[in-house]
Amino acid sequence: METSLVLMLTVFVLAMFVGFELITKVPPTLHTPLMSGSNAISGITIIGALLAASSEHQGIASVLGGIAVGLAMVNVVGGFLVTDRMLKMFAGRDRKKSS
Amino acid sequence: MTEAWSQLAYLIASACFIVGLKRLSSPRSAPSGNRLAAIGMLIAIVVTLVQSEVIRYEGIIAGALVGSLIGAVAAYRVQMTAMPQMVAAFNGFGGGASALVSGAELMRLASTGSPPEAAISIPIVAGTLIGAVTLTGSAVAFAKLQELVGGSAFVYPGQQVVNGILALALVATSVMLVMNPEDIRMFWGLFALAGLFGILIVIPIGGADMPVIISLLNAYSGLAACATGFAINNQGLVICGSLVGASGIILTQIMCKAMNRSLANVLFGAFGAGTVSAGATSSATGTVKSGSAEDAAAILDAARSVIIVPGYGLAVAQAQHAVRELGSQLIARGVEVQYAIHPVAGRMPGHMNVLLAEADVPYELLVEMEMINSSFPRTDVALVIGANDVTNPDARDNPASPIYGMPILEVDKSTTVMVCKRSMNPGFAGIDNPLYTLPQTMMLFGDAKGMADDIVRAIKEL
Repeated sequence: METSLVLMLTVFVLAMFVGFELITKVPPTLHTPLMSGSNAISGITIIGALLAASSEHQGIASVLGGIAVGLAMVNVVGGFLVTDRMLKMFAGRDRKKSS
Repeated sequence: MTEAWSQLAYLIASACFIVGLKRLSSPRSAPSGNRLAAIGMLIAIVVTLVQSEVIRYEGIIAGALVGSLIGAVAAYRVQMTAMPQMVAAFNGFGGGASALVSGAELMRLASTGSPPEAAISIPIVAGTLIGAVTLTGSAVAFAKLQELVGGSAFVYPGQQVVNGILALALVATSVMLVMNPEDIRMFWGLFALAGLFGILIVIPIGGADMPVIISLLNAYSGLAACATGFAINNQGLVICGSLVGASGIILTQIMCKAMNRSLANVLFGAFGAGTVSAGATSSATGTVKSGSAEDAAAILDAARSVIIVPGYGLAVAQAQHAVRELGSQLIARGVEVQYAIHPVAGRMPGHMNVLLAEADVPYELLVEMEMINSSFPRTDVALVIGANDVTNPDARDNPASPIYGMPILEVDKSTTVMVCKRSMNPGFAGIDNPLYTLPQTMMLFGDAKGMADDIVRAIKEL
C-alpha cells in the first residue's frame, strides 16, 4: 500500500472527527442554514470539475467536466447565497428596531 | 504554481470552512462564518484555475455562468417554505457533479494507456455510485416535496426483492469496473444502475419522513465529494466532503431519534402508506369541546404564560406572520410567550425555526423540545397550531400506538390546551390524537392564518 493513500485516509478520518465535533455544537435553530451551508461546501467538488473540464484531452471527459462545473456552481453560488439570506433573518434582528 | 502550493491553498480553504462551520454555533456569529466559508471556496476555485493552466475555457465559462445564474436566482427567489426541496435539489447537483468528475477522471486515466490501480479505481467507483444515487434520489425527493408527484409512500409488491436484485447488480458492476477500469461502458452502466437505484429507494419514503431522507442525501453528497477527492488525489475535497458527510450523518441521526425510528425503518418501513394497526384508535373516545376566536382571546389575555406549538400545518397555511402578530400582542400585554419547536416540526431539520425567523419571531423565544417540556406544567395555555402527532400523548402513554416512543411536546400537562386545526382529521400517520378530547382542551376549528388573525382582532377589542 502506498503512503500517499494512508496519508489521505488519515486526513479523511481526522476530518470526520472534526466534522462531528463541529456539527454537534450547531444549535437546532440553525440546522436548516447548516444544511444549505454544508451543501455549498460540498460544492468543493468544483475543483475536480474545473480540472476535468480544462484537461488537455478533447472529447467526452471535458464535456462531463463542463457539466460538472455547472452543477457544482449551482451548489456553491446558490448554497452560500441562500444561507446568507436565512442567517440574516436570524441575526439581522438587532438592527431592525421597528418590530 | 506547483502542486505543493495549491495543496497549501486548499488547506487554507479547508481552515476557512472549519472556522466557518464553528461560527455557525451561534446565530450572531453565523453570517460571518458563512461568508468566511464562501471566501474559502473562492480561494480554492481561483487557485485551481491558476494552477491547472487552463488551456480551454469554453466548457468552464459556460458551466460556471449557467450554474451561477441558476444558483443565484434560486437562492433569491425561493420561499422559505420551499427550502427543503431546494436543499434536496442542491444535494442532487453536488452528487451529480461528483459522479461526473469521477467519470471524467476515469476517462482521462484510461486514455493515458495505463489503467488506474485499485487505490484509484475504487474511489472512482464509490464516487460514481454515491453521486448518482444522490442525484436521482434527490430528484425524487424534490418532486415529492414540490408536489410534482404524490407525496405519500409508493409501495408495490416485491419492492424489496427488486431493490435487492438491483443492489446485487450494483455490487457486481462495481467489482467489474474496479477490475477493468478502462472499460468506459461499464462506467455508464454503473451510473445508470445507481441512478435507477436512487429513484427506487426514495419513492417508498412518505412525505413526513422527508427530514430524514434530505439529511441522508446531504451526507451522501459529502461522501461522494470525499470519494472523488481520493480519486483525483485532492485533500481539499476529502476534508470538505468529510465535514459535509459528518453533518449529514449527525442530522440524520437527530431526525431518526426525534421520530423514534431507526434509519432502516425509515428506508424500508414505508410509513404512512395506509397500513395503520387497529389498536391506534383506543383511547380517543371523549367529547370534543370547540371554542371561538373570542373565547380563545379571553383566555389568552388572562394567561400569565403561553407556549405556542407550531407545526407544519402552520407553514402550509402561511400563518407564520399572523402567529407572530398574535405572539407580539400577547407579549405587549405582559404575557410570557415562548415557542416550542419539535425537531421534526417541518420538512427538514430546523425548518420551523427558519419559517418563524422569517416572520420576525426573535430566536431567543424558540425553545427546543428537551428544554421546554419541563415548562408545560407551569404554563397556563399551550396553543397548538398546525401540529398533531408531535403532541399526541399516546406516543408517551399507549404502547399500542404506532408512534409509541416518539418524543413529544407534552402540551397536555399545561392548564389549558388550545388546538387550532381545520377539522378532526388525523395527521399523516392516520392516528387519532386523544389530546383533542381531554377536559382541558379547547378546539379552534379553522384555517390557521384566519384563526390567528381573528384572535388578534378579538384581543385588540378586549
